[in-house]
Amino acid sequence: MTTSTKTSTTDIPLTAPVPMTPLQEFWHYFSSNKGAVAGLVVIAIICFMAVFANFVAPHSPSDQYRDALLLPPAWLDGGNWSFVLGTDDVGRDILSRLIYGSRLSIAVGLVAVTASLIMGILLGLVAGYFRGMIDTAIMRIVDIMLAMPSLLLAIAIVAILGPSIVNAALAISIVSLPHYVRLTRAATMAEMSRDYVTSSRVIGASPLRLMFVCILPNCLAPLIVQATLGFSSAILDMAALGFLGLGAQPPTPEWGSMLADALQFVQRAWWVVTFPGLMILITVLAFNLMGDGLRDALDPKLKQ
Amino acid sequence: MFQFIFRRLSLVIPTFLGITLLTFTLIRLIPGDPIEVMAGERGVSAERHAELSAQLGFDKPLYVQYYHYVTGVLQGDLGNSLITREPVMKEFLTLFPATIELAFCAAIFAILIGLPAGIFAAVKRGTVIDHSVMTFSLTGYSMPIFWWALLLMLVFSVNLGWTPVSGRIDVVYWIDDVTGFMLIDSLLSGEEGAFASAVSHLILPSIVLGTIPMAVIARMTRSSMLEVLSEDYIRTARAKGIAPWRVIVIHALRNALIPVITVIGLQVGILLSGAILTETVFAWPGIGKWLIESIGRRDYPVVQGGILIVACIIIVVNLLVDITYGIVNPRIRHSR
Repeated sequence: MTTSTKTSTTDIPLTAPVPMTPLQEFWHYFSSNKGAVAGLVVIAIICFMAVFANFVAPHSPSDQYRDALLLPPAWLDGGNWSFVLGTDDVGRDILSRLIYGSRLSIAVGLVAVTASLIMGILLGLVAGYFRGMIDTAIMRIVDIMLAMPSLLLAIAIVAILGPSIVNAALAISIVSLPHYVRLTRAATMAEMSRDYVTSSRVIGASPLRLMFVCILPNCLAPLIVQATLGFSSAILDMAALGFLGLGAQPPTPEWGSMLADALQFVQRAWWVVTFPGLMILITVLAFNLMGDGLRDALDPKLKQ
Repeated sequence: MFQFIFRRLSLVIPTFLGITLLTFTLIRLIPGDPIEVMAGERGVSAERHAELSAQLGFDKPLYVQYYHYVTGVLQGDLGNSLITREPVMKEFLTLFPATIELAFCAAIFAILIGLPAGIFAAVKRGTVIDHSVMTFSLTGYSMPIFWWALLLMLVFSVNLGWTPVSGRIDVVYWIDDVTGFMLIDSLLSGEEGAFASAVSHLILPSIVLGTIPMAVIARMTRSSMLEVLSEDYIRTARAKGIAPWRVIVIHALRNALIPVITVIGLQVGILLSGAILTETVFAWPGIGKWLIESIGRRDYPVVQGGILIVACIIIVVNLLVDITYGIVNPRIRHSR
């Protein structure tokens, strides 16, 4: 059956070009952006590391090798190939800690972005759909949150709740909420004036159906872009909180708190300081590159 | 125009009240009784508890407490630090010049590098220059600045020994506190080498704090320039035979700068929150380090007051930016 259709299409020499499916079209634009593809590849590698940390990491992140304190990376004098990126002040393998740290960063990013995405979509849809008092109330709160720098607000929240990974993730999801609310609200208001929404309403669709089935799928493009960029700021803020001692607590292998622990060894052991930061930079950069690529691919204005 | 300013001002009041509500709730959300939290591990007797409760107004209904809090804030009373017993406002004012000095130098650095880089990238669109400027700015934008600080410190202070590691000035100098700005005070002191020492202490922190704003400014300048350069009047200017640099600097840049100035104004929030990280790494005695240390010491009035002041500064700066934007751009002024 499949072979016969194949031969029949090749036999006809002149046909109109098959229109690309939305997914193909998206990939066509996305893949033409080399930076975005590079970002995607790096993210895929980091996610792989995060998921399979148990198998990828050469050592446990908390094992202390007392005979190998502050060992330099393997390619330097005194290095040891069983500790590729060297060891820290209590003899823990830095590479393994970085790999386990990626698990934490990706998990925190995922939780924070999902939580703020869900809350932001709900609030934004409600504000954009009902307008009036509810809209004013929600947008005022959003404006207040936007008036504070996100890191400061996150610090304030963690200062109240006490330093821990869970509280840091919660703080990060709260501070990134305003962007999602604003985006969803703006997109909802734009969609509300479209004919298809009016006709659904005339047919008798309930507000819930209008909001989630008709309007929401058409607002997703900017939200996807924002979620990707939100990932990068979540990872950055998480590391900053960890560095300030307000996020993950030692001995958790978190990139920011690894840096904070290494502060006193700056002069003696550069590798303890360099690699965790490099890891943060690469991850954040990858998400930003992919976010830029997604925006170009999903924004119809830029396609023409 | 006045109508525009009035409308914009009226939006500030609910925002201010919201922020006071936030900081007011902050100290009351801490798990446990606030007085016992303040007393620390020693604890307080029941009589002393009642006395303190009455003194601090915790025995009154919440809305009365909030009313007293807001009226206090409006008179500049932010309570006293639990550790030093000094008024929070006074502590803030002694430390604020250090942060201003750092943020100002960082902003200068960001503008001096970011603006020309953005213009250059736009003029040379699609070339290697453009791509490298964009790559650098995206990297700068993604930079964990606390790590960037450590890295620069490692290279320039530890390995090369060019710049000092931390602080505002070398310990051999004793500078009288006249303005609070070390650059000015060291000049006023007339001590030889004091000013040079103050400058060398400022270089690395300014670069670190200015990195993200620099990246943002470069990106914004580039896209704004690209937009302006494709306008008809630029083509006309070129067709008239005006020198290329003149078209760019006189004709294009003036219009391209409008959104860039807004973006520069909006960097104040980034500078103030970035200062928390930068000051922590470089042991810079400003408000960022003060806030973080107070969180560590559980000095809640300082945390509460500090966050409130910083948020208010940002609101005021954003307001000024909006009003300036309205003055420069009539389209904003007249839109509803």
